[in-house]
Amino acid sequence: MAVARMGGTVALMTLRGADLGQMSCNPAIGGLGKGHLVREIDALGGVMGLAADEAGIQFRLLNRRRGPAVQGPRAQADRTLFAAAVRRRVEDEPKVDVVEGEVVSVEPLDRGVIVHLADGAELQAGAVVLATGTFLGGTIHIGDRSVPAGRMGDRAATRLSSWLREVVPAVGRLKTGTPPRLDRRSIRMDGLDQQVGDADPVLFSFLSDRPVARQVSCAITHTNERTHEIIRANLSRSAMYGGHIDGVGPRYCPSIEDKVVRFAEKTSHQIFLEPEGLDLDTVYPNGISTSLPEEVQEDYVRSIAGLENARILQPGYAVEYDYVDPRALDASLALRGHPFVFLAGQINGTTGYEEAAAQGLVAGMNALRHVRGEGPVRFSRTESYIGVMIDDLVSRGVLEPYRMFTSRAEYRLTIRADNADQRLTPLGIEHGLVGSARRAAFEAKMDALARGRSDLESLSATPAQLNARGADVREDGRRRTAWDLLGQGGDGIIAVRRAWPETAEMDADVVAQLRITSLYERYETRQRNDAETLRRDEMQEIPPNFDFRMVGSLSGELRQKLSERRPRTVAEARAIDGMTPAALVAVLMEMKKAETRASA
Amino acid sequence: METIHALATGRGRAGVAVIRVSGPSAWAIADRMAAPLPAPREAGLRTIRDGAGTALDRGLVLPFAEGASFTGEPVVEFHVHGGPAVVEAVLRSLGELGLSRMAVAGEFTRRALENGVLDLTQVQGLADLIDAETEEQRRTALRVADGAWSEMLSGWRAALVRARALLEATIDFADEDVPQDVLPEVRDLLVGVRDGIGAQIAGAARARAVREGVVVAVIGPPNAGKSSLINRLTSRDVAIVSDRAGTTRDVIEARIELDGILVTLLDTAGLRTTADEVEGLGIDRAKARARDADLRLFLRLADEAPDPDLFRADRDLVLRGKADLGGGDVSAVTGVGVDRIVEWIGKHVEDGGVGDSFVSRERDRIMLEEAASAIEAAIDQAGADEAELVAEDIRRATTALERILGRVDVEEVLGEIFSSFCLGK
Repeated sequence: MAVARMGGTVALMTLRGADLGQMSCNPAIGGLGKGHLVREIDALGGVMGLAADEAGIQFRLLNRRRGPAVQGPRAQADRTLFAAAVRRRVEDEPKVDVVEGEVVSVEPLDRGVIVHLADGAELQAGAVVLATGTFLGGTIHIGDRSVPAGRMGDRAATRLSSWLREVVPAVGRLKTGTPPRLDRRSIRMDGLDQQVGDADPVLFSFLSDRPVARQVSCAITHTNERTHEIIRANLSRSAMYGGHIDGVGPRYCPSIEDKVVRFAEKTSHQIFLEPEGLDLDTVYPNGISTSLPEEVQEDYVRSIAGLENARILQPGYAVEYDYVDPRALDASLALRGHPFVFLAGQINGTTGYEEAAAQGLVAGMNALRHVRGEGPVRFSRTESYIGVMIDDLVSRGVLEPYRMFTSRAEYRLTIRADNADQRLTPLGIEHGLVGSARRAAFEAKMDALARGRSDLESLSATPAQLNARGADVREDGRRRTAWDLLGQGGDGIIAVRRAWPETAEMDADVVAQLRITSLYERYETRQRNDAETLRRDEMQEIPPNFDFRMVGSLSGELRQKLSERRPRTVAEARAIDGMTPAALVAVLMEMKKAETRASA
Repeated sequence: METIHALATGRGRAGVAVIRVSGPSAWAIADRMAAPLPAPREAGLRTIRDGAGTALDRGLVLPFAEGASFTGEPVVEFHVHGGPAVVEAVLRSLGELGLSRMAVAGEFTRRALENGVLDLTQVQGLADLIDAETEEQRRTALRVADGAWSEMLSGWRAALVRARALLEATIDFADEDVPQDVLPEVRDLLVGVRDGIGAQIAGAARARAVREGVVVAVIGPPNAGKSSLINRLTSRDVAIVSDRAGTTRDVIEARIELDGILVTLLDTAGLRTTADEVEGLGIDRAKARARDADLRLFLRLADEAPDPDLFRADRDLVLRGKADLGGGDVSAVTGVGVDRIVEWIGKHVEDGGVGDSFVSRERDRIMLEEAASAIEAAIDQAGADEAELVAEDIRRATTALERILGRVDVEEVLGEIFSSFCLGK
C-alpha cells in the first residue's frame, strides 16, 4: 500500500485472495511496543491503525496509570471486520492488483526480477518484497502428527523455501504456537471474571475518534493443579517436548507445556477468553497455546473453570517456519547481494502483525525508491520504534521470534505513541505516503500545539501567587510559567486551570498533548546529546568491503570480532562488546585512509 | 555540540599539566575561570579560579579559535602546575561550572577527525598513542586486585539490570500475570548499589592519600608555634622560627614519613588582619592551601574558634599550642602532645581503610558519582507511578558503570525478565 501511495504499481501475490487481512493468531492488535508501532504505521499513512479502529470490539490503553511514554493502545478485533477493512482498502487502491498464485522462485535481472509461479507463469517487476509469514517451509505439529502447512487449512510455500535456501546461506527455523479455538456456546461464562474495555477508549489512528463496532468484554479464567497434572503426564506426547520440533519459540509467548515445566512452582496461569468476533462463535483462549495431541487438549481444557463442557472447534498447534538471519539484510530491508529482493515480516525472524506491517511499509518504500534509483530511507533508533526494530534485526540478528517491547527503545521517553505523528508524519509527507486529509489534520494540530505552547509560556507567576490560587508549588522563589507548571508531577492540568482560569477555554486534547511534552522535556534534553551521537554514528557507514584486518593497533580479539560481525555503520561497530573508543578511532581513521586511496 | 574537557597530559606529578577544553563554550569557560582571555594563539599568565572566584593556581591560558585548533572547535588550554591536587581542582571546577562535561577517551581526536582538522599521518600517530594509553588503562582497571574491581562493578551492574528488569516487567507486561509489587526488591537493590558505590567514592580519596601522601596544613594565629611544631615533627629546621609574629609569609612544605605514609606538612602564615600587603598575600595563600589540604591542624593560643571557612569538624584537629608555657595541649619544646598529632594523622589514613578503593582515576570517580546520583534519583522516585522515569535513571546509572566496564544490553534485561516471570497469555 505504501508503494501505491508513492505512485508505484503493485502486484500483491497470495495463495488465496480471500484470505487478505486474515489474522492467523490472536484477534488483537497493539499492546506495549506493538501499539507504538501501529501509531507509527498510521503516522506514515499505513492501513493497520484505521483497520483496527474499524474492527475494534474492546479498546484498552495499557499502563494507563503509568507515564504516557509507556502507555500502549491495544484492541480486541473482530476478525471478520478487520479482514473486511483491510480488503476494502486494498480493493479501493487502483495501483494494487491482487494476484493469486504460489511464488516458487525469484530470478534476478540486471535491473529488477522475474517472479516465477508454480503454474509456470512469470511476472516481471522492478523489485520484489517477500513477506512469507509462517508459510515459508511451514510445518504444523499436533502431538506426533505433522503436516506441511502455513496456517491450519492452508498450504505451505515449500518450493520457495527450497529456492531461498539455495541463494541465502543463513536460513533457520523458528516456531510459534496457537491455542485450540473454542465454541463460545459451550463455555459457561457466569462465575468468570470479566475484563471490560476502557470507558474512554483510546484508538490507534490519529484520524479516528471513537469506536465503530459494538464493544464487548472478555472473560478471564485460570488453569489449575489438575490442568497441570494432565499436561505433565502427557508431556512426551507434545510435539515440542517429544522432539519433533527444531525451531526456536519465543520466551514471551510460551506454550502451556513450557509454562508448566519452566515455572513448576506456579499452580495457576491466567487465560483470557477473547471473542474472535461479534457474530462468530469462536473464542480464542489466550494463554494456553499448545502442541499436545487433540485428545489431551480436550482433557486439559475441560479441567478449567468455565470450560468443563467446552467444544474445541480447531485444535491448537505449533507451526515451524523458515526465516532468514536478518543480518543478511541492509537497513532498507534489501537482501544483501540481491539488491532487488526485499524481505519483511516473519521471514526476518519477527513475530506479530504490527512488527510485520511496519517492516512491510519500510520494505515497500525502499523497494520503490530503489527501482527509481533513489537512496534508501533510514529510520533511526533515536526517532522511532520502527528504527529500533530494524536496527536490532539487521545488526544483531534474532535468537527467538522478535517482538517489540518498550524496553528495547532506549529513547522511549521521547519516542512515544502520543507523538508518533509529530515524529513521522513529516517524513510521510515528504515521501508522498500521506494523503491530503491526514496532512491537513496534522498541520492544523501542529499549529494548535505551537499556539497552545506559546500561550502557556506567556503566562507566569511567583510561587506565592500560585499557591494563593491553589496551585500548590514549592516556595523556592522561582517564577513559573504555565508551561512549567503543566509538566510538573501530579495533575499539571488542574494546577494550571486553578492558576489561570482562562486556560480552561483551551482545547482539551491540545492541553493534554502539551502536558506530556512538558513532562518529558527535561529528560529529552538529557537524552538529546546521546541521541545526536548515535544518529551521527548511524549515518556513518563502513564500506561493505572494508578490511578490518588493515586496522592497526587493534587487539587480535577485537579484529576477529569485527571481521566476523562486519558492522555496517559506526554505531554498529560501537555496540560490539570490548570495543574501546580508541579502537573506534583507529577504525574511523583506516576508513578515511581507504577513502583517500579510492579517490586518489 | 557539547563542550568537553579533560586532562590532556599524563596523570601524576609533573612540572606542567595541560587541561584542554573544546567546544562552543570553551572561551566562555576560560573567561569565567581566567579572565581576561588572551588573544587566540597567545599565552597569557592568569590566576585560574573556580566558579566562586577562589584561586586554584596561576598558569598559562592559551585560546585557539574555531577552525584553528586541534579539534577544529574553539579550544582553550590551561597550562597549570602539574600536581594532582591542582589538576583535580581545575577539573572539578570545570565540572561544577556545568558548561562542559568530561570527555570520553579519544573524544578530542574523534572531533578532530570529524572536523577534518588532522591529516592522516598525524591521526595515525595519535590513534596509536591513545590506543596504547586507553588499552593500558582498561587493562589496569580490569586487572586491579585480580579482577576484584571488575567483579564488584559487574555485581553492581547485575543488580541494576535486575532492578530494571523487575520494573520493565511491570511496564512491558502490564496486561499479564506479573507481580506488580516489585518495588521493595527494586529499592533494596538500588540502596545496596548506592552504598557500595558510596563507599568506593569515599575510599577513593583515601586510596589516593596512601599513594600520593596526605597533606596536612597547620594553621592558626601568628606566633601560635606552628613553625616550631613542624620543626619538632620533622626534626629539622624547615620553617624559620622567630618570636616575631608574622615570620612565615609564604607556605612552606615539609615532608615526613609516618608509618609508611608520606605526609606533607604545610606551614602557613599566621592568620590575622594585617596592613602589610606581602603578609596579606601570604595569608590568602595560606587559606587557599589550607582549604585544599586533606587535614587541618588548628593551633590556637586561647579558646578562639577555628576559622569556619576552613574548619571541617569531621576530620580536623584543634589544639592549643605552647603547652610548655602552661595550659596548652601540645609543645614543640617539650614534645608534649606530638603523639596525639601522629595518631590523628594515622587514624585519618586508617579510617579510610587503606587501599579499600579501586577508584584511582578521576574519570572513574566522575562516572561513579554520575551513577550514584542517578541511583539516588531513582530511589527518590521509586514508588511514584512513573516507573519509566525510575527505569530511565537506572539505565543512566548502568551506562555510567558501563563506561568503566563493557556495555549494557537490552537483551540482558529481557533475559532477566523471562527467567523470572511466566509470561505469555
